[in-house]
Amino acid sequence: MVELVVFIIFGLVALFGALSMVWARNPVYSAMGLMLTMFSVAVFYVSNSAHFIAVVQVIIYAGAVMTLFLFVIMLIGVDRDEDRREVIPLQRPVALAVLALFGAGVVVAGRFAWVTGPTVAGEPIDGTVEAIGTELFRDWVLPFEVTALLLIIAATGAIGLALFRRDEEEGA
Amino acid sequence: MTVTPGWYMALAAALFVIGAGGILLRRNALVMFMSVELMLNAVNLTFVAAGRELNVIDGQISVLFVMVVAAAEVVVGLAIIVAVFRRRHTASVDELSELKG
Repeated sequence: MVELVVFIIFGLVALFGALSMVWARNPVYSAMGLMLTMFSVAVFYVSNSAHFIAVVQVIIYAGAVMTLFLFVIMLIGVDRDEDRREVIPLQRPVALAVLALFGAGVVVAGRFAWVTGPTVAGEPIDGTVEAIGTELFRDWVLPFEVTALLLIIAATGAIGLALFRRDEEEGA
Repeated sequence: MTVTPGWYMALAAALFVIGAGGILLRRNALVMFMSVELMLNAVNLTFVAAGRELNVIDGQISVLFVMVVAAAEVVVGLAIIVAVFRRRHTASVDELSELKG
């Protein structure tokens, strides 16, 4: 019963945040809407007993990633409102039609049971740090190491993009 | 009335559709990028809900990896947006049309 109430409240909050992100004219409002949605998703992680993932969601997404987004929004200026004229003919009607089709497909797909497969018997899972760490360093060690490489490459790429700006003036 | 995983799937699908709509309808590179993040979050929610239903923790491990990849993607993507803005003084994807045939 508690889960149902939590689901309804935060489901509405998540949808509101997502819609306001797409709708808002000012990118700062978009970022705030996305942050609201991310917090709601963290609440859903908690009610699915994924406690560690919920904490990571709040720290990484709502904390680090959104701060980065806000930094970039401030950097490239918030006062310039987006020009909402559409230059590609038929883009908006076709986009809305594609979305409606996609939504209908989702509704149809929701009538089938997708979560199938052998259910592992035993205790319900509890996403504690211990459980996740045990699984991560037993079965997923190699992917974990590869993510370290990925992060180094990403950091190097970002530094390289920021550092080398030879012909900045000629394109402006 | 209990909340089944299907409810979380439905909510995640709605969030995913909204994110796809942001990609298709907006022209600001930053907002399009945020829409990508929203779609990633929706998929993460389905991972967690399905993992709880099947009683395995692999769903949460997958979410962890998706988050790592998303963080790396945000770093590089925002660096590209800033680099483009320094050169072109715009974040609108409509004005970056030098490559059109």
